[in-house]
Amino acid sequence: MSILEVRDLHTSFFTKAGEVKAVNGVSFDVDRGKVLGIVGESGSGKSVTAYSILQILTYPGKIVSGSVKLHGEELVGCSEDTIRKVRGNRISIIFQDPMTSLNPVYTVGNQLMEAIMLHTDRDKDEAFDRAVEMLDLVGINEPHKRVKQYPYELSGGMRQRVMIAMALACEPDILIADEPTTALDVTIQAQILELMQKLQRELGMAIIMITHDLGVIASMCDDVIVMYAGKVCEKGTADDIFYSPKHEYTKGLIKSIPYGSKKKGKLIPIAGSPVDVLNLPSGCAFSPRCNCAMKVCLDTPPIRNNFSPTHYASCWQSTYEAIKKGDVTLEQVQEELNSEECRQADSPFEGGEADE
Amino acid sequence: MGSKLLKYILKRFILMIVTIWLIITITFFVMQATPGGPFNSEKAISEEQMAAMEAKFGLDKPLMQQYGIYLLNVVQLEFGSSIKMRGRTVIEIIGDGFKTSGKIGLIAAVLAIVSGVFFGALAAVNRGRWGDKIIQVLSTAFVATPSFIISTILLLIFCVQWQVFPANGQTAAGLILPIFTLSLYPMAYITRLERSSLLDVLGQDYIRTARAKGVSKKKVLFKHALKNALIPVITYAGPMVAYIVTGSLVVEKIFGVAGLGDKLINGITARDYPVIMGLTIFLAVLIVVATFICDMLYKVVDPRIEFK
Repeated sequence: MSILEVRDLHTSFFTKAGEVKAVNGVSFDVDRGKVLGIVGESGSGKSVTAYSILQILTYPGKIVSGSVKLHGEELVGCSEDTIRKVRGNRISIIFQDPMTSLNPVYTVGNQLMEAIMLHTDRDKDEAFDRAVEMLDLVGINEPHKRVKQYPYELSGGMRQRVMIAMALACEPDILIADEPTTALDVTIQAQILELMQKLQRELGMAIIMITHDLGVIASMCDDVIVMYAGKVCEKGTADDIFYSPKHEYTKGLIKSIPYGSKKKGKLIPIAGSPVDVLNLPSGCAFSPRCNCAMKVCLDTPPIRNNFSPTHYASCWQSTYEAIKKGDVTLEQVQEELNSEECRQADSPFEGGEADE
Repeated sequence: MGSKLLKYILKRFILMIVTIWLIITITFFVMQATPGGPFNSEKAISEEQMAAMEAKFGLDKPLMQQYGIYLLNVVQLEFGSSIKMRGRTVIEIIGDGFKTSGKIGLIAAVLAIVSGVFFGALAAVNRGRWGDKIIQVLSTAFVATPSFIISTILLLIFCVQWQVFPANGQTAAGLILPIFTLSLYPMAYITRLERSSLLDVLGQDYIRTARAKGVSKKKVLFKHALKNALIPVITYAGPMVAYIVTGSLVVEKIFGVAGLGDKLINGITARDYPVIMGLTIFLAVLIVVATFICDMLYKVVDPRIEFK
């Protein structure tokens, strides 16, 4: 049973240079007690997806269309009051940079108590006790002393613990962790991840883990979404993604993980730089950087190929392989293309097959 | 913390004394170096009478000795009597002028800060819309216009054309225009300051955190953003007091307010040395103390500030 359903979410930033489609038709479910990973490089729309769920986008960002349902209740287009009762209460978020995420002019306790008193009936004293309890829970020593300190008196790792304490104070159903360890020292990273895993087990919440660190994904996540240029290019269980990646971008990401001393050979980076979201290519957004790009990839957006109930990818290469194996026929692909109202639907495969 | 603060206050106090001593010294010698004396403008005055008068006020002694005597008196908080206004001590004159000037200055300062912060916040919240554009144009115009031009225009409109306010500042109604004129520049300046600092603060990560917690828009603005955005305004509050003190000299003259500025200008034209010195010291102390209070206020708003 999924607690959060995101369907065909489109979020754009309306800048002076034009509309930037940061999230371009993203769909996924979050199941109770599961960890969903969202991977992708900078600018792929991971964080904007998270901000869209909570509607904390800043000007000029806006949800254009789509649906976000929490326990079946639609959040897109709901009232300010409704979404405020979701934020920090049923869905919480922690951010990338703990150094700047806490208000410098209020004490840690003040900021914790604010979240607690907003969403519960606790009075000031009870909220204070709860704040101390939460600091203790996230492994901060001397919580009675820390609760009266200002953020500048704490280290980065401690501040991220405070952020986690604040996010979990109202026992949310879902915790969104937006690159929670990127800004921390490597030793602290491991501690924070362990803490999150421990709390997830104890409190039974779901986590959406946004990261560009595949190591984090491998150690924590049940399901994985790979995002590129605002779209989901591949989705599957962690095993699907790591052991049988189907999208060329996912394959590239996995090839670029350093393996320590176990394997010889060089790392293989993905050449080029992230796509210009103001000026998306008409075909597959990854095609300009893809080693296996065919003519069809440049002209026509890929269709979704289902490999199992949990695993799919949108890549022409995988469609091509499916046709070769005889899993699908050319006619079926053609039909799918027509149904998706694709602009260039007349036999897009001629060029592609000739290239092979 | 306590002893650290005490040490800081002591250090600041010593610095204040040094500053004020420097101001006394510079004013004293510049005053003496200016040609003319307190009795030059008297009608016909004989050499003997002049000498007698100078002897009475100690002006016949060598300059360094006069300076020494003056410093000694100041240390004992003895500022002497006016040369021109018979029988009135400098303290009396200052007290008399400050009753009016203090009122004008204080109201102008409060008005400037409150409305400056208000308009700045209003502009920031409505960034890019008409309200913001109007506030920006007006605040830029008022920052750029000198106070004597504004006072003249206001005099023309309100006192001559419409005659809603009296043209001299002897009555309470007559103080409205001088207060407004005096507060206009700092108000406009604070508006611009507050707008840009609030815009900066609203883009900070901790504002996003507050929103993600479910804090209402209003509370995000008033609790989380405004306190942070006030820090640059506090920085400006010290110079603002200096502006209001010096600005009041001009504004009081134009509106005919019998305040400190009026007394100081009269003192200077009459070469009334004790009055000039006394007033200068008084205004210097005012500015130095105001700056000190601002620095202490920092700590109240921003806990990261450490006194060293």
